[in-house]
Amino acid sequence: MDSVFSNVVRAPEDPILGVTVAYNNDPSPAKLNLGVGAYRTEEGKPLVLDVVRRAEQQLVNDPSRVKEYIPIAGLADFNKLSAKLILGADSPAIQESRVATIQCLSGTGSLRVGAEFLKKHYHQSVIFIPKPTWGNHPKVFNLAGLSVEYYRYYDPATRGLGFHGLLEDLGAAPSGAIVLLHACAHNPTGVDPTSEQWEQIRQLIRSKSLLPFFDSAYQGFASGSLDTDAHSVRTFVADGGECLIAQSYAKNMGLYGERVGALSIVCKSSDVASKVESQVKLVVRPMYSSPPIHGASIVATILKSSDMYNDWTIELKGMADRIISMRQQLFEALQAKGTPGDWSHIIKQIGMFTFTGLNKEQVAFMTKEFHIYMTSDGRISMAGLSSKTVPHLVEAIHAAVTRVA
Amino acid sequence: MKTNDFSSSTSPSDRRIGALFRHLTAGTDADRVSSVFASPTSGGAGGSVFAHLVQAPEDAILGVTIAYNKDPSPIKLNLGVGAYRTEEGKPLVLNVVRKAEQQLINDRSRIKEYLPIVGLVEFNKLSAKLILGADSPAIRENRVTTVECLSGTGSLRVGGEFLARHYHQKTIYIPQPTWGNHPKIFTLAGLSVKTYRYYDPSTRGLNFQGLLEDLGAAPQGSIVLLHACAHNPTGVDPTLEQWEQIRKLMRSKGLMPFFDSAYQGFASGSLDTDAKPIRMFVADGGELLVAQSYAKNMGLYGERVGALSIVCKAADVAGRVESQLKLVIRPMYSNPPIHGASIVAVILRDRNLFNEWTLELKAMADRIISMRKQLFEALRARGTPGDWTHIIKQIGMFTFTGLNPAQVSYMTKEYHIYMTSDGRISMAGLSSKTVPHLADAIHAVVTKAL
Repeated sequence: MDSVFSNVVRAPEDPILGVTVAYNNDPSPAKLNLGVGAYRTEEGKPLVLDVVRRAEQQLVNDPSRVKEYIPIAGLADFNKLSAKLILGADSPAIQESRVATIQCLSGTGSLRVGAEFLKKHYHQSVIFIPKPTWGNHPKVFNLAGLSVEYYRYYDPATRGLGFHGLLEDLGAAPSGAIVLLHACAHNPTGVDPTSEQWEQIRQLIRSKSLLPFFDSAYQGFASGSLDTDAHSVRTFVADGGECLIAQSYAKNMGLYGERVGALSIVCKSSDVASKVESQVKLVVRPMYSSPPIHGASIVATILKSSDMYNDWTIELKGMADRIISMRQQLFEALQAKGTPGDWSHIIKQIGMFTFTGLNKEQVAFMTKEFHIYMTSDGRISMAGLSSKTVPHLVEAIHAAVTRVA
Repeated sequence: MKTNDFSSSTSPSDRRIGALFRHLTAGTDADRVSSVFASPTSGGAGGSVFAHLVQAPEDAILGVTIAYNKDPSPIKLNLGVGAYRTEEGKPLVLNVVRKAEQQLINDRSRIKEYLPIVGLVEFNKLSAKLILGADSPAIRENRVTTVECLSGTGSLRVGGEFLARHYHQKTIYIPQPTWGNHPKIFTLAGLSVKTYRYYDPSTRGLNFQGLLEDLGAAPQGSIVLLHACAHNPTGVDPTLEQWEQIRKLMRSKGLMPFFDSAYQGFASGSLDTDAKPIRMFVADGGELLVAQSYAKNMGLYGERVGALSIVCKAADVAGRVESQLKLVIRPMYSNPPIHGASIVAVILRDRNLFNEWTLELKAMADRIISMRKQLFEALRARGTPGDWTHIIKQIGMFTFTGLNPAQVSYMTKEYHIYMTSDGRISMAGLSSKTVPHLADAIHAVVTKAL
């Protein structure tokens, strides 16, 4: 008898994760992985923050700790501390108990839970996402039951923000539509609005009652300052309006595989926030019952200790500074080489990724001839670069730009 | 790149943007740039877009512990949620788990990178061996795909979504009664849920006739949820002979088995015994799904460790199925958590740690079996009316007492004993010290005309 799954077709490899798969298969000793966005040290190694190791030691060596189920909404102090981190300790929304915060599985889990909640309870089921955006965004929202539309964002001509198109597209969105906003360090382009532009975006969104859904995956990691990177989110909250925020600790605490994040929903009143929280639990329970204890406990340990918190901000700034330094080095090396084109976007863009502007053919050429791996949209992870490997990348870019159309 | 005010800029494109912006925000306070506040939608001025939401009821099972925590009485007893308690009434972290965790934490070469979408590969292989048996032909023939998921719930949800997308039948039959979260998981996964008769209140045992009739009447190819052992909430399991009949019936109708295995080793004390029904189905060469949880048998509750295995007819099919499972997982949470699965892998791969685990596991199972005996004997000693043999016939963490909601309510109010309103008690929550209190309460409520 035949398999009942004989008709199942082989799904393509995830395009982003597939880059690392291809990289691992490459036998060349000079290969460079600029694919997936995980931080690498100057030595090209993954990094576990010292403060994370300390917090973990503290937890595991505490014989009174147990592994009971945590509540459906997650660890209560993790939730409170996460809301404070993104909204600011003095946020009126927090003081007025208007924020429902639920521990979720990193950024992806927070987006999915938030989207399923909106599908169930919000009057509009369309979400506008920037073009381009992280490859997984449309899938998360589609599976949550929302329909996905795009707003213009990246301008290839300037390798910067297409602000005009953004305003037009959001201006044309139906009243009440949900809008996905990258809080900082837009992925994949690294192009962020200025604070003046953010202010105009905010006014437009509020005037049309669009519902902001922030994806905050890089707080502190982009500029090196937790407050600076939260600014866009905080200006929206300061106007008294409502919004959703998906917060990830994958990059800024290096907790990638522990899957730690939080969904916060800022509401008009504490009564509404309480009802919202109760309804979000009905989304979580049939998905995985309750979130994992370990990563959230590490975060809570760090955030609640002023010493550990300070140590964290220093290590965080260390990572951000190294990335900014890689941008500087790459830009200067391309200039020194006289590579044709304007490469200033490398130092204007922010965060882990640079949208090089290289096309698919050029990317394929760089992979084949120089064993440099990146996503086919020309996105490179600066975190994957080091002073030693910048020259190799520059050779490759120069060759691609001069030899491949 | 930065400008302060588009309208006063000399750049033509900035002035155009300024004009566009004023146009798009016309009719609001656009002139006072810093004072635009959020507008309402169709609600009243300043209204929340979530104002219409109702407060969701507390989860029925977890709500029991919440109520228990609020009770100020010094002699209260929590027999609600199914988490193991020691004889001292305390939660238990297994020694072998603490050892494994120390080993992991003290290894400075360990990192926290993303796992693959399918999870920790070694964990997956070891989990398949644990449930199917190390010598399973299905494993040898590479016909099994195993993906790490978030405990039992996550495995059921991912499996359910996969079936809703790729399987030709979208109905799943679940036993009556079953764990309260089952219907919600499958409904949200996109399946429609029907029930098959299971528990017989008059015998407090299995309604085997009803079960066979209902599965016999199910449409060809329907999915059927089976509790691998220690049925939750009733503790009533089919005998091996009954399992064989169920297997034959299901295979004859092409029904797709979806096993929920939350208590392997925890029910009888033996990992192999508790896996027998699943292995019988795999041995006939057919296909099935199994959701595996390490919450109870390794005490890893809050770490959320589990695995979904799909046994297929051929290795090629298993490969394609796995690739599609990744498309379910990636938009849900990208990849699973590393910590709990690493603990499990350390234990399962090491012969000494594995043996230690089996001893601690058996001790938990034995303590629960001992509580069953003690409760049964305490009721007998009191001459409590009724047949209470189901307490020792049922297996696993829970006993379906047969008490009705009014009786349960009375026991909570008068004796501060907390359980779910269906009369389910967690034997893991009992101890030799508290059995008398429970027996007294049951005796009182049964002899009162309620």
